Amino acid sequence: MADNKETITLTIDGVEVTAPKGSTILEAAHIAGIRIPTLCYLKDVDNGIGACRMCLVQVNGSPKLAAACVFPAADGMDVVTNSELIAHNRKINLQLLLSNHNRSCLSCVRSGKCELESLCWEYGIDDADFYDGERRWGGIDDSAPHMIRDNSKCILCRRCVAACGNVQSIGVIGASNRGFKSEITCAFDLPLNDTACVYCGQCITACPVGALYEKSNIDDVFHAINDPEKYVIVQAAPAVRAALAECFGKPIGTDAQGKLAAGLRRLKFDKVFDTVFSADLTIMEEANEFIDRVKNGGKLPLITSCSPGWINFCEHYYPELTDNLSSCKSPQQMFGAVAKSYYAEKMGIDPANIVSVSVMPCTAKKGEIGRDDQAGAGYPDVDYVLTTRELGRMMQRAGIDYDALPEEDFDLPLGLGSGAGVIFGATGGVMEAALRTAVETLTGEDLPNVDFVDVRGVKGIKEATYEVAGLTVRVAVASGLANARALLDMVESGEKEYDFIEIMACPGGCVNGGGQPQVHADVRNFTDIRAERAKVLYDLDKNNPVRKSHENPAIKEIYATYLGAPGSELAHKLLHTTYVKKTINKPV
Amino acid sequence: MYRTHVMVCGGTGCTASGSGKIQEALVSEIKKKGLEDEVKVVQTGCFGLCELGPIMIIYPGDVFYSRVTVDDIPEIVEEHLLKGRVVERLVHEDEVTREKTTSLDDTSFYKIQKRVALRNCGVIDPENIDEYLAMDGYTALEKVLTTMTPDDVIQCLLDAGLRGRGGAGFPTGLKWKFAKNAVGDVKYVCCNADEGDPGAFMDRSVLEGDPHSVLEAMAIAGYTIGSNQGYIYVRAEYPIAVKRLQIALKQAKDYGLIGKNILGTGFDFDIDIRLGAGAFVCGEETALMTSIEGKRGEPRPRPPFPANKGLFQKPSILNNVETWANIPQIINNGPEWFAAMGTEKSKGTKVFALGGKIKHTGLVEVPMGTTLRQVVEEVGGGIPNGKKFKAAQTGGPSGGCIPAQFFDVPMDYEHLAEIGSIMGSGGLIVMDEDNCMVDIAKFFLQFTVDESCGKCTPCRLGTKRMLEILEKITSGNGTMDDLDKLENLAYFVKTNSLCGLGQTAPNPVLSTLKYFRDEYIAHIVDKHCPAGVCSDLLVYTIDREKCMGCTMCMRNCPANAISVTKYTPEGHKRPSLVIDPAACVKCGTCQTVCKFDAVSKA
Repeated sequence: MADNKETITLTIDGVEVTAPKGSTILEAAHIAGIRIPTLCYLKDVDNGIGACRMCLVQVNGSPKLAAACVFPAADGMDVVTNSELIAHNRKINLQLLLSNHNRSCLSCVRSGKCELESLCWEYGIDDADFYDGERRWGGIDDSAPHMIRDNSKCILCRRCVAACGNVQSIGVIGASNRGFKSEITCAFDLPLNDTACVYCGQCITACPVGALYEKSNIDDVFHAINDPEKYVIVQAAPAVRAALAECFGKPIGTDAQGKLAAGLRRLKFDKVFDTVFSADLTIMEEANEFIDRVKNGGKLPLITSCSPGWINFCEHYYPELTDNLSSCKSPQQMFGAVAKSYYAEKMGIDPANIVSVSVMPCTAKKGEIGRDDQAGAGYPDVDYVLTTRELGRMMQRAGIDYDALPEEDFDLPLGLGSGAGVIFGATGGVMEAALRTAVETLTGEDLPNVDFVDVRGVKGIKEATYEVAGLTVRVAVASGLANARALLDMVESGEKEYDFIEIMACPGGCVNGGGQPQVHADVRNFTDIRAERAKVLYDLDKNNPVRKSHENPAIKEIYATYLGAPGSELAHKLLHTTYVKKTINKPV
Repeated sequence: MYRTHVMVCGGTGCTASGSGKIQEALVSEIKKKGLEDEVKVVQTGCFGLCELGPIMIIYPGDVFYSRVTVDDIPEIVEEHLLKGRVVERLVHEDEVTREKTTSLDDTSFYKIQKRVALRNCGVIDPENIDEYLAMDGYTALEKVLTTMTPDDVIQCLLDAGLRGRGGAGFPTGLKWKFAKNAVGDVKYVCCNADEGDPGAFMDRSVLEGDPHSVLEAMAIAGYTIGSNQGYIYVRAEYPIAVKRLQIALKQAKDYGLIGKNILGTGFDFDIDIRLGAGAFVCGEETALMTSIEGKRGEPRPRPPFPANKGLFQKPSILNNVETWANIPQIINNGPEWFAAMGTEKSKGTKVFALGGKIKHTGLVEVPMGTTLRQVVEEVGGGIPNGKKFKAAQTGGPSGGCIPAQFFDVPMDYEHLAEIGSIMGSGGLIVMDEDNCMVDIAKFFLQFTVDESCGKCTPCRLGTKRMLEILEKITSGNGTMDDLDKLENLAYFVKTNSLCGLGQTAPNPVLSTLKYFRDEYIAHIVDKHCPAGVCSDLLVYTIDREKCMGCTMCMRNCPANAISVTKYTPEGHKRPSLVIDPAACVKCGTCQTVCKFDAVSKA
C-alpha cells in the first residue's frame, strides 16, 4: 500500500471507501472488506503483471474491464467487483485454465490448499472439462535435489519467475515458447539442476497450485522410524516452530514450539532434538572465527554460512568471495556431525545405525546434505531433510490431533538451546547471537543489554557499527538474494566496508524459507508473514532464561567433555567445511 | 546533367521479381551504348503496383513500363533511350479502361490516389540524402527548431487532426502532449516499424522508399516532447528497409541533421535501430518497449501509460512509420492543408495494402473516406476472373470482415468501427465467392493463436479453444451448441485480454458470425461448405455420362480412390470411372487433370 498520508475516496460495490492515494483497486477493496480473487498477483515478489485476468472489475461502467491488482484506484471512482457479468467472465477464465490443467487434484500435493481449487469451488465450476481440447502439459523436472516442477499443473501465473528473478535476482526460470505452447522452463530447456539455481525454494512458496513442490522424504522417514534396527533422531530448526501451526489452520505467528516437540515424539522418533542447540554451537565456532580473523588479519568481512541457499549463491555468483565465508557448517550439519560422534559415543550407539533426520523451513537443506565435506563423523551428517510442510503432512497422516497435543520439551542434551540460538530463524538473528557472544568474549564482561535491535526487522539490508573493547565492528545484514547482491556489490566496489556480514537467502530469513507452509495470496498480499513469524522467535528468546550461546549448559558440556575449545582440531574436523568456486552457467 | 532518368523500383516486391538484375542489365546496356553520361538509372522505393513488377519509369515523359524482364532491356535502351521511341508492348494496359496508359499517373490505379505518406516512394533514390533534401527534406525540422515552440508543434498536429496510422487511431498531437507534459529528465521517441499484419507492407515501403521522412519526424518529436534519444524497432525480416534506414541514419548524422547540436540550434537527438525477431505482439506498444529493453516481448498492463512510464520506465511516445511519414509535410504545408483531406474526424490519407482476390495487388494511398468500392474496383482494378466481391477484411487478424452490403462504406476510423471492423494498419484483403468465411475466420485465428505471447489466460487459452471449435466446425463435427460456445468465448477473449492483440483477436470470428452466420450453419447442419473450400466437407464425384474412361484421374489419384465401373455411356468406348468417397483425400487432383470436365466437387 502506498506510503502516503493523502487519501482518495471511491465506491466499491456500493461501499464508500477511503484509501491511501496510490492504492490499487485491489488494495482499496481490501480496506472495504471486499476480496477480489487473484492468481498471478503476489505483491511481495513484485508480480504485478495483470496476466491471469481473475481480478478483472468494472470501472465507471466501462465495457473494458480493469485488472484490480494493478489498476490505480482514483478519487470518485465507481468500481463493481461482483456482478453477473464479472462472475460469468471469471468462470470462463477458470474453465479455460482447467482445460489445460492436470486435474488429478485428489492426490495433488496442494489439494485443499490450492488457490485454483478454492476459486473453482467458489465459482461452482462443475464442468471442469467444458473447454477441454489439446493439452500442453510440458514435462516433469526432477533433476534438482530439492524440488520437482510439474508443468502439467502450471497455470503460468509466473509468480515463481518473479520470486526467482525479482526477489532472488537469479532468474534461472522464465517463460519460453509462445501462446498456447508457453511454458516455464530454464533457458534452452536445461534441467534445473544444470542451472545456477540455488535451491532456495522461494518459487515453491510463491506457487498458487501444485506445480512446484519439494522432493518428499516422508516415506523414507516413516520407513526408518518403523525399522527396529535404526535409531532415528530428529532435529527441528528454529523457524519450524514459528510456522508449523499454520499447517493446522492456526493464525500466522502462532508459537508451536511445545507442540512441535510433542508431535515429533508422537511420530515415534527415538529422540527429539532441537537445532537451536547446534545454532549455539555455530555461534561458538563462528564468534571464535571472527575474533581470530580480526585479531590475526584474516579475510574480512566474515560472511555467515548458515544458509545453504546463500552458500550456493555465493559459489555460483560471487565465487571470489568464498574465502570470506565462515568455514562453519550450518547448524543442521553441525548437529548431525555431533549426533553421530559425541552423542553416539555418549550413548554407546553405533553411528552406522543412527538415522539423522532434520525438519527445516528450507529446501536448500535437502541439497546441503549431499554436499562434499558434510560427513564429519565419517557418516553423512544428516540423512533426511523434511520441510515444515512435510512434517505437517506426516503428523496429519499419523492421525495426530494438533489441538490435543500437549506442550513438551525437547530431549536432552541436544535439545537444549539458548534464546540466541532460536533467533537464528529470523534475519539478523545470527548476527545478534554472534554479537552477544563475541562482545562478551572480547570484553570479558557481562553485556548489560543483550538486545541488538539495529539488526532486527524485515528490512532487506541493515547495518550497524559497534565499539567493542577498543575495536570498531561494522556489521551488515541482508536477507533475500537481490538484497544480498546489492550489498555485496557495494562491498566489492568499495562503497561500503564491513567486518561481519550475515546473509540469509530467503527474504526475512528462515521464517520465510522455501520449506515453510504456503500462505494464500489473499492473506500474503496483506500480511507481513516474515514479521509475524519472526515475532514468535523473538518472544521465545525474550522468555528464555539463557540468552547467550556460550551460557547454554549443554554447549559448555560438549566443549568441556568432548570438543575442547572452539576452533579445536576436533571441532574443525566435525564442524567446519569447505567451498567450491563455481560459474553461473556450465559450459554448454 | 542527365537528359533522361530511369527509375527502377527497388522495393521488396519488385526486388523479389528481379528488379536488381534488371537494373544491372540496364546499367551495362547503357554503358554499351555509351549513354552513361546522358542517362541515369535510379533505384527507388515502391511504386505500389507490385502486381505488375518489376516496374520502371522513364523521365521525361513519365513512361511506365511494367513486368519488365532482362530480355527487354536491350530493346528499351535501343528504342527508348537511344531513339526516343516508347516500347509500346511494355506499356501497361489499364485493367479498368483497357487502354494503354503510358503515364503512371493516368492509370486508374493512380488516378484517385493521393500520395502523402508515400510521396517520395518511387520518386527519389532512398539511399541518397540529397534527393530527399531536394524534395524539401529536413525543412520541416529546420522550421520547427528555428521558428516553433513545442506547444506550436503539438497544436499544429492537433489542428491537422492527424491520428495514429498503426491501428487504434489515437490523436498524435494528444499523445505528444501527454509525453511533453510528463515529468522526467529522460524521455524517448520510438518508431514502430514492427509491421506484422499478414499482407500489410506500407511501413516497409516507406522505410525502403523514404527513410529520411521518418528520421526527420522523429527528431521533430524529440524536440517537441523533450527527448534526445529515439529508437526504431524494425523487424529483422525487412532487410532492405533496415539497410536503407542504416544508410539514411548515417547520412543524416554526417549532414548534422541527426546527432549533436542539430542545425546549430543546440538540440541533440540521436536515433538507434533495434531489430525485432518478428513477433506480431511486439507491434503492441508496451510489448515493443519491453522488447527494446532486451526482455521477452510481452505487453504490460496499462496504466501506467507509456507517455508517463514507457521505455525503460521513462516517458515515451511510440508512433507508427506511416504516422511519422505524414508529419514533415503537415509542418511544411500547414495543418489546414492536411485537414482539408479526409472526413470530419479522420483527416488526411490512408495507405492500404491490397491483397487477396484483386487484380492490382499492391500499395495504395487514398484520402480517408474513399469508399471500399472505389478502392477495390477503381484503384484495385476489381476482382480477377469475373468473380463477385464477397467481403473484405480490413485491419488484418485484428479486424473484421466487411460484407458486400457495405461495399460503399467510406473507409475511415468511425465508419469501419461502426460495422465491426477496424482501420488497423491498413491491410485490405479482398475475398470473392470462392472464399469460405468460416475458413477465413479460422485462418486469422490460427495466426493469432500462433502469435499470442501466452502471458494472459484469455488470449493464451481462449483463442486456442476458439480455434479448436472452428476446426471442429470445418471438419463437419460441429454442433449448434458449439456456435454459442464460440460466440461466448469470443466475447470473453475480447473483453478480458490484457492487450490489443487478444482484445481484437476474436474480431474475424465475430464479424463473420454476424454477417455470414448461414455459412457456419451450413457447415454444422448440412455438413456442407458452400464455397467448396473446407476439404473435409467436400465430395468429389465423376459424372459418369461425361467420363470418357481415359483413366487420367485414376492414374494420378494419390489415394487409389478411383476405380473403373462396368457402365459405359452410349457412344463412349471405355467404361466410366467412380470415386470411392471413403478413400478420397479431397486433394482435387482428379478435377485438375480431367480433360472432359467430368469431375465436380460439392
